[in-house]
Amino acid sequence: MPTTLIGGRPIDVNDEGFLVAYDQWDEKLGAELGRLIGLELTDRHWAVLRFLRMDYPARGETATLRRASTVGGFPIKELFALFPGKPAKKMAYVAGLPKPKGCV
Amino acid sequence: MKRLVILGGGTAGTMVANKLRAALGRHELHITVVDRDDAHHYQPGYLFMPFGIYNTHDIVRSRHRFIADGIDLLLTEIDRVDPAYRMVHLADGRTLGYDYLVIATGVTPRPDATPGMQGALWGDRVHEFYSLPGAQALTEAMRRFRGGRLVVHITEMPIKCPVAPLEFTFLADDWLRKHGIRERTELVYVTPLDGAFTKPVASRALNTALTDRQIALETDFAVEQIDNDTAELVSFDGRRIGFDLLVTVPLNMGADYVARSGMGDELNLVPCDQHTMAALNHPDVYVLGDAGTLQTSKAGSVAHFAADVFVHNFLDEFQGRPATHSFDGHANCFIESGNRKGMLLDFNYTTEPFTGSFPLPGVGPFRLLAETHLNHVGKLAFRWIYWNLLLPGRPIPFIPTTMSLAGKRVESDVGPTATGLPAPEQPSSPAPPPRPAKPRLETKPLAAPRPAPAPAAAAAAPAMAPSGGYVNRPGVDSTADPATVLPDPIVPKF
Repeated sequence: MPTTLIGGRPIDVNDEGFLVAYDQWDEKLGAELGRLIGLELTDRHWAVLRFLRMDYPARGETATLRRASTVGGFPIKELFALFPGKPAKKMAYVAGLPKPKGCV
Repeated sequence: MKRLVILGGGTAGTMVANKLRAALGRHELHITVVDRDDAHHYQPGYLFMPFGIYNTHDIVRSRHRFIADGIDLLLTEIDRVDPAYRMVHLADGRTLGYDYLVIATGVTPRPDATPGMQGALWGDRVHEFYSLPGAQALTEAMRRFRGGRLVVHITEMPIKCPVAPLEFTFLADDWLRKHGIRERTELVYVTPLDGAFTKPVASRALNTALTDRQIALETDFAVEQIDNDTAELVSFDGRRIGFDLLVTVPLNMGADYVARSGMGDELNLVPCDQHTMAALNHPDVYVLGDAGTLQTSKAGSVAHFAADVFVHNFLDEFQGRPATHSFDGHANCFIESGNRKGMLLDFNYTTEPFTGSFPLPGVGPFRLLAETHLNHVGKLAFRWIYWNLLLPGRPIPFIPTTMSLAGKRVESDVGPTATGLPAPEQPSSPAPPPRPAKPRLETKPLAAPRPAPAPAAAAAAPAMAPSGGYVNRPGVDSTADPATVLPDPIVPKF
């Protein structure tokens, strides 16, 4: 498992670049992760990211778009606007959480 | 005497009831199964109905016929469970106290969860085959179909039997050829996943199978609504895919009583332990079959293997021994690929489906991830096995509960580029171009172009303080040896 410098800090990631340790993330690092994939984070981004961070520990898995929508109250359309293309994966990446499990 | 209540008399509930009835005397354990009706459906059979291979008679049996003597079967709706008081409230006003509860009420298709799915075109040009009435209606629609664009679509994962929409597509291709209208039909497979399947080796094989049949694949498609005026699927990112016949798999959700009982997640699935199927938040409640949150396929084979583990552990603890069995996520799925052939997948939580032979290493007789006639025969034979061995709780020869790697060609280094899809575009830091809001397919021309999505959060965020107001809680640095730290971040390919 690689360790890379992100924003000047050594951070453990998987082969794809997703963080693997919940506690290594902080919001400053989140902003840097957003920058790496071309996102300038607004208050609405932060509201989503904080929901994901808060939701994760008890469940042990990253919230899906549906969960962010029905539990977090963020319309899916807005999530697509905030994290264009592949919102579920981008949200997880910036929040320092595992990529949503490929559903089987 | 202890009381076991099993909610749901489908595959998992019936198996568990019968196995425990055979293992424990009536004076030791009283078993009650609750289901809403007396019709047990062989759900894998729905797939075959639209092509005239099975009819209703092949698929439906009386539920009580498969529930052993000495088990109470109550036919009524469930109102709610009160786990704090270990009580089940039935819709007819009766209550059932329990010492142990098994939730095995599965998931059902919810076409009403997608705007426009049950609009004017529902049952006409929009169909599903995850219910008996749906499969019956689609049978008629296939008979009337004379060519055009046939779109097979998955609304959202997870769905039960996640290979079924692929199988439907393969069988449709075969059926259209035999009816002489394949040339007049454009077949399109639309999925919210990033490939035909999620696991890389299987996705590669299945992508190839689609390509070989000239079936177009549209990925990462999160449906927002079905436009009944233009007969189009519309995604959240603005792609539109027109159809002459749409075969969709609606959102799958757990039973509504789960929500009324406050026991479910946003899809009414009951969170459960991945290895023991114990409900995470409620003592002596177990979740079997499709009703829980196991990170493996929602499939009869998983219900079967997990039920075996549960029964072993239940008996151990019931008789005062420590439970020793742990479920590994084992799934074993035949995939009909048309022309009387089939493929076979065998995998678990940690091992993806590989090629090879099954169940006997080097011998088979089944071939993993390859199209063979014998795999097809295995699939059709399974209906007999289901009614005669599986439901009564008898062992199935050679099929182990725990997955085995024997006979498999293990591919250890399967990266995302091995999916057979074109390599995704590397985001050019810092600003990747937004994904074009149009499908990779050609679509029908639109009367009016759809307005571009609003810029990120323009409407909702009055104050655009990009990175202000950090929560002042610093992250912990990695403890890796500084000499091994890579200087540049790894940026995922989205």
